[in-house]
Amino acid sequence: MALPIYASPLERLWHYVYLVLCGLIFFFLIAPILVIIPLSFNAEPYFTFTQKMLTFDSEGYSMRWYDNLLTFGMQEPGAARDGNWWADVWTNAAWVKAAKNSVIIGFFATILATSLGTLAALGLSRPEMPYQKAIMAVLISPMIVPIIITATGLFFFYSATGLANSYLGVILAHATLGIPFVIITVTATLAGFDRSLLRASANLGAGPVRTFFKVQLPLITPGVVSGALFAFVTSFDEVVVVLFVGSHEQQTIPRQMWNGIREQISPSILAVATLLVIISIALLTTVELLRRRSERLRGMSPT
Amino acid sequence: MTDMADTAQMQTDVAGALRTPDGRPLKQALAQAERRAKIRAFLLVLPLLAFVLLTFIIPIGQMLSRSVLNDTFSANMPALTEWFRENPGAQPDEAAFEALVLDLRVARESRTQGAVGTRINYEVPGTRSLFTGTARRVDSLEPPFREAVLDVDENWARRDLWAAMRSAAQPVTLNFYQAAVDRKISPEGRFQRADDQSRIYVKLFIRTFLLSLVITGLCLILGFPVAHLLAVLPMRKASLLLILVLLPFWTSLLVRTTSWMVLLQGQGVINNTLVALGILSDDGRLAMMYNQTGTIIAMTHILLPFMILPLYSVMKTIPPSYARAARSLGATSWTTFRRIYVPQTVPGIGAGAILVFILAVGYYITPALVGGATGTLISNQIAFHMLSSLNWSLAAALAAMLLAAVLVLYWVYDRIVGIDNMKLG
Repeated sequence: MALPIYASPLERLWHYVYLVLCGLIFFFLIAPILVIIPLSFNAEPYFTFTQKMLTFDSEGYSMRWYDNLLTFGMQEPGAARDGNWWADVWTNAAWVKAAKNSVIIGFFATILATSLGTLAALGLSRPEMPYQKAIMAVLISPMIVPIIITATGLFFFYSATGLANSYLGVILAHATLGIPFVIITVTATLAGFDRSLLRASANLGAGPVRTFFKVQLPLITPGVVSGALFAFVTSFDEVVVVLFVGSHEQQTIPRQMWNGIREQISPSILAVATLLVIISIALLTTVELLRRRSERLRGMSPT
Repeated sequence: MTDMADTAQMQTDVAGALRTPDGRPLKQALAQAERRAKIRAFLLVLPLLAFVLLTFIIPIGQMLSRSVLNDTFSANMPALTEWFRENPGAQPDEAAFEALVLDLRVARESRTQGAVGTRINYEVPGTRSLFTGTARRVDSLEPPFREAVLDVDENWARRDLWAAMRSAAQPVTLNFYQAAVDRKISPEGRFQRADDQSRIYVKLFIRTFLLSLVITGLCLILGFPVAHLLAVLPMRKASLLLILVLLPFWTSLLVRTTSWMVLLQGQGVINNTLVALGILSDDGRLAMMYNQTGTIIAMTHILLPFMILPLYSVMKTIPPSYARAARSLGATSWTTFRRIYVPQTVPGIGAGAILVFILAVGYYITPALVGGATGTLISNQIAFHMLSSLNWSLAAALAAMLLAAVLVLYWVYDRIVGIDNMKLG
């Protein structure tokens, strides 16, 4: 944004102060996330930059905390690193187990939330839908209700129904938490969907199912995929429900981090955090690309 | 669609009323088609609605019933419960003590005396051992039971104990809500404020709301200039800068909280930098974590994107020509900002502020990790009663009160912003 030529010196000064302030706020937003990345390569078990790190001495940096992610929980971490060692990592390392659990739970919760959520969004975006606002409010509420309340409710419900300490229980709960995100993104995409295409398809002789798969779904896919990614991230990052209704068997990455932070915070946590930041950058890029694709499909953006 | 095709081929009958080809009045056929379309739309939503009902609404309903329903006492002490029912308002006589002994014998068999004792302990602190201790010797007791029981422990004569047992014998009780607003029942059965050191929940609710207000205010102060900058920059630059807002949004909550722990610690990055620069002395390090400062800083950072995104989407639609018109009519830049620009951003401010406030009120993880003793919120107390003290009914009552507050805010949000206007990214 350029200053108008009639700006007074005071306005000019304020303009630059304003830009600096915005820069500082952006720094506040992003610096805490980036600061952990170099710290995760610390050779010492500290959470601050050592003298060696600041002078870029290679001795100040190491991969030991990443290595620790693999060896922690192994039966024989000191053995030679051959096939058996890697098999040991795969079956016993605590973080690897947690990652496997997170992916399994996240995958099924996402499938459940996305399929049910997309179906419901199709109904909700029809103009003839009865009680549209009230139903929408109920379906969005898992995002608004504090997580501790949801977890408390599920704890009572699952203890009564025998779903406690099971994968199924955690998956169902995570699907519920992911549903609002699917509903919001898919209804937003459907809002820009040209409904005359449906009539055109019917006019050409396609049934409702064929119309959905051949006409509607290809056009709303970007919205569905971003909804699914939101649902996956929600599950992948969720710790309170897992703490309340899961047992030690359902140890996920966030739960393992939670335990690590509460008991004894070690730079291994920073190594995990760095990996998670890289994953979120990848996810953010995917969602941005999808959003642009969706806008192009709908002819909204000139790019 | 076929219904519409039918109605399109309507024909006019002799009397002038419109009819479909199969002879039905058009109005009726149209109503039927509309009803069918409604049902079809509803059927698409039904599976999800059933799913959310089962995994969300019913569990929360069950939690709410937990907050008023506690049958630990009435289920395990049937004889005494019966005596309370038959003798309303009476002081304990020999029959009451006989019922007590009978019940304790049964409770001892089924090992429930601890649970019963815990239940009464919520109302009258320090009485759990009374139940477990007496149950241990209950088999040797002989009539008259009143003297025998008082021999074991003369605390059994306490009037507040009997008042508490009488109220606990009611399976449906508001005791837990009383406890949640720091009220208790006096030995005379009156409703009064609890002692000073046990009055914590009202304070905690007030603290939760105050901290959430502070965090919302900070988010607004920090979010407004950034959202404005994003809205006035050209599209290409804005979408690059928007990534700086979205990346924290997509980063794991635990990762962001961990980063703040690393930064704010006594030996952390900020303190070390300040000491190295000579601004602080080594023993004058700032305590920025495990107190309210930590909670406020970390939660402001975490919730800031929820303020920026709604503000940005409103500011994007504000035409710059209004501001230019105001300037050309002689307004100063400050007046233009105050009188022309800010009023147009009010929907965004409302949406962002309510969203941030709702999310802040129910926050659990971040306060638990960086809040220490003074920076924790009501959620942490609920978790404490769920996981540590195991007073589930009190946890449910506190949760119900928090839920009521959040639902009111949610309703306000719906009135001001509309749920269907909620956007992500």
